[in-house]
Amino acid sequence: MFETLSTLALQHYLYFVVASIGAILVFMLYVQGGQALAILLSRNEAEKSEMLNTVGKRYEITFTSLVVFGGSFFAIFPLFYSTSFGGAYFVWFALLFLFIVEGVSFKYRHKVSNFLGARTYEMFLLLNGIGAPLLIGVAVATFFTGGNFTINRANLIGSQAVSAWNSPWHGLEALWNPIQSAWATNIAFGLAVVLLTTILASLNIIKNVIDPVLIQRVRRYLVPATICFLLAFLFFLSRLLTIDGFAYDALGTVFMEPYKYLHNMLALPMVSITFLIGVVLVLVGIVLGYFWTYRRSFWIAGLGTFLVALTLLLLAGYNNTAFYPSLSDLQSSLTIVNASSSRYTLIAISYATLLAPIVLAYVAYVWNTLRDDGISQDFVKKNVGDLY
Amino acid sequence: MFDWGLVEWSRAQFALTALYHWLFVPFTLGITYMLAIMFTIYYVTGSDFWKKLTRFWARIFAVNFAIGVATGIILEFEFGTNWSNYSWFVGDIFGAPLVVEGLSAFFLETTFLAVLLLGWDRVSRGFQLFSAWMVAVGGSLSAIWILVANAWMQHPTGMQFNPDTMRNEMVDFWAVLGNPTAIVKILHTLTTSFALAAVVVIGISSWYLLKGREKKFAYQSIRIASIFGFFSILMGVYIGDLAGKDVAKYQPMKVAAMEGLYHGSTEAPFTPVAWFGPQQTDGTREVYAPLEIPGVLSWLLAGDSREFVPGIYDLLYGNTEHGIVGAKDRIASGKIALQSLQQYKDAKKSGDTILADQSLALFRQHEGDMGYGYFDENNLGELVPSVPFLFWAFRYMVALGFFLMFYMAYAYWLARRETLEQYPFLLKFALFMIPATYLGSELGWAVAEVGRQPWLVYHVLPTKVGVSAASVGTVRTIFFGFLTIFTLLLIAALRIAIHEIQEGPKIDEKDTRPKQGSDDEEMGQLVRETRATSLDAEVALDPVPPVTKDISAKKAPSPKKTPTKKSTSKAITPVKKAPTKKTASKKTPPKKTV
Repeated sequence: MFETLSTLALQHYLYFVVASIGAILVFMLYVQGGQALAILLSRNEAEKSEMLNTVGKRYEITFTSLVVFGGSFFAIFPLFYSTSFGGAYFVWFALLFLFIVEGVSFKYRHKVSNFLGARTYEMFLLLNGIGAPLLIGVAVATFFTGGNFTINRANLIGSQAVSAWNSPWHGLEALWNPIQSAWATNIAFGLAVVLLTTILASLNIIKNVIDPVLIQRVRRYLVPATICFLLAFLFFLSRLLTIDGFAYDALGTVFMEPYKYLHNMLALPMVSITFLIGVVLVLVGIVLGYFWTYRRSFWIAGLGTFLVALTLLLLAGYNNTAFYPSLSDLQSSLTIVNASSSRYTLIAISYATLLAPIVLAYVAYVWNTLRDDGISQDFVKKNVGDLY
Repeated sequence: MFDWGLVEWSRAQFALTALYHWLFVPFTLGITYMLAIMFTIYYVTGSDFWKKLTRFWARIFAVNFAIGVATGIILEFEFGTNWSNYSWFVGDIFGAPLVVEGLSAFFLETTFLAVLLLGWDRVSRGFQLFSAWMVAVGGSLSAIWILVANAWMQHPTGMQFNPDTMRNEMVDFWAVLGNPTAIVKILHTLTTSFALAAVVVIGISSWYLLKGREKKFAYQSIRIASIFGFFSILMGVYIGDLAGKDVAKYQPMKVAAMEGLYHGSTEAPFTPVAWFGPQQTDGTREVYAPLEIPGVLSWLLAGDSREFVPGIYDLLYGNTEHGIVGAKDRIASGKIALQSLQQYKDAKKSGDTILADQSLALFRQHEGDMGYGYFDENNLGELVPSVPFLFWAFRYMVALGFFLMFYMAYAYWLARRETLEQYPFLLKFALFMIPATYLGSELGWAVAEVGRQPWLVYHVLPTKVGVSAASVGTVRTIFFGFLTIFTLLLIAALRIAIHEIQEGPKIDEKDTRPKQGSDDEEMGQLVRETRATSLDAEVALDPVPPVTKDISAKKAPSPKKTPTKKSTSKAITPVKKAPTKKTASKKTPPKKTV
């Protein structure tokens, strides 16, 4: 079946798969948003527990999405995996640290004899809740703004590293770099992701919690969060559509193209329309959640988030665009052609992707089975042994 | 230690993560099956005793699983952060099992885990039972894919080097999947992990007997664990023998190091104990072995005591009589491979196709030794893994394996007779066996990984070539950062687990009758009450006038639609003796308290 596709088609298909997993990860980061809200918005232990238990039972899916996202890049675009992880490792290690402490914090926070104390685990949850979406957002933004690396495959002969990172900050320069203005774009997108995750979490709390006081507080939070989110996102979008992008020609030579991502929008109408639908769904979800506490607003905004994240990643890699541009050496920029695995491996992985609908089906079934539409303080007290 | 270079620190960081991760994985692999068995008994009998027993072990498992996943996620990303050349050089092959693992196994495990741990009284018993088995199968599947990837590093198959992309590329997925090393590795790792989990269950249960508490719970747990553990370790030892033969075939240097065998011979002897002097740069070393049993090693590895088993010197310097090409010659050949590869790249760049073809042809002749080209022929000792460590670690692991067979059988015998309490020493010994078995499990991993050195991918990619271009200081700092956080979390996990154990399963051992779903009813009532209460309160507090408010979703739910109702009816269904309860709960209307 996949054998009949050209290598380029396989590369496009599998980039779509990776982008989809990335988009699921961005959506699932609502768990992180919920963690942050639980610590920042709750007024007492009971409220905190209500909010954490609203999002907590899904944290394993966020974890798994992250693992599969990383694994997919390793298998499909190993040169990206090797370059980004081996170069920008301060950012990745920071992210890993935040994820280590998240899982245990959910499980251990309420346990007696938890050694570090509940407050420490709550601090871990807050750190993860804000830090993980921020860093993931910044990392995704570098798909447009680039990283400081060079690549020379022949270095292997001399026992040298194939990829070299040319900044002593090893990725942290994406957060703050007075020389390269791209950091502001990165930060804007990172903040937009942080705010969006808290907005999704708010809608999820409206969906699941039945404590009216808590729902009111969360609704009040939606207004400033949405304004800030829109400011950050529109700043990022305006930069994205006006900056020079990294294009490549038929020979694979990378060059700068003015308004590249705007051109991509125009050249990929399906992607652009989907992007707009995604943005509208996010906004509709927020409006329905705020004004009418409509319980399905979480799913509407969630679908919108998925579509926006998916299309942004597609804009970064489709239409002859380098999806991981190099600021140090233009020709080291990574494209879905030069960074991909061999044709044989792409075919093998394409067959593996046929498992995805089955996985999605049982995840959806279990999600629905375990839904708690009536989380209250009494409910949390009653189930204290089994909940987070 | 602090004079280490980049490669050593990178190895240390990866080893640290792997060792911590491996503290939690084997227990997870084994306890999930025992949980599934216990849950099955609960499902069949409907006994409250079995429910509480299962629930107790599920709580212990949850503490273990949380930190296991947290440490596991780092390992995947450390391939990129610490071993970027490796990620590129073999990512085309190694990445595929990882992505299949994520899609096919990890999702299965984590998705159904939520049902197993959080589904009590919320989903039907049948679905929770199914989930328990899915968690066990998912955990094993996950291990299988990871071990396929690891086995490929021990014995690479199904790939070819591409001089244009400068990497190895997969040419046969089924050769990677059906790698004989993978098959024995999977079976050996799984079965011995099952045995470790059984040792933990027996140890914890013995503590209760020592304290004179939870006797029935303890005996039932020991019975299940000892039967499960006995058959697991029986298989583990048998597969271990096959694994030894596999290693002898594909990684002769590892076997020679494990056996401290420097001079190869027919009728190769088995050396129970030995002492080793310091290794010289040429790989030579003084060995003191007070006892050697002739022919036994040949028989163990090849099934014939007259078979030749190569020693370390044979592998370093060659043995023409037995057709072994030494590392010294392979280094020379490997250097030709690297030179011709460089020549090929240069010729292609300059457009000299004739020279490029000639260089490529020469490269193909020496391609098999390319990895050796990175070593220095004047430092052959670099090609020998740590002999004293491997020798003793391997012996500990093997001795433990054989001992566990008798241990499990004896534990079952005494548990069946319910006489274990009469032997406090044995109960204390069962506690001691927990760390002793963990040590054996960790050493088993260490034997596999340290024995593979100095290669990342055996005979293909040296460890020193696969490393990222990081600074020593950075890797060292991250090492200590992880050491600190892992240790803190390990202490936390242990304290929580110890507290859970001290609390115990709280089983009323006199009452083992099926419980008539009272928890479900209570829960259903509670949710109905709270939802109804909050609806009224919400309407009163809502400052925004609802236009088309989704009241249908917020109002007190009809019994058919609420998950509570679903769990109520399904949880009661298997208990055939209580039909009246089922009817009663169906007829009870949602109760409003406000």
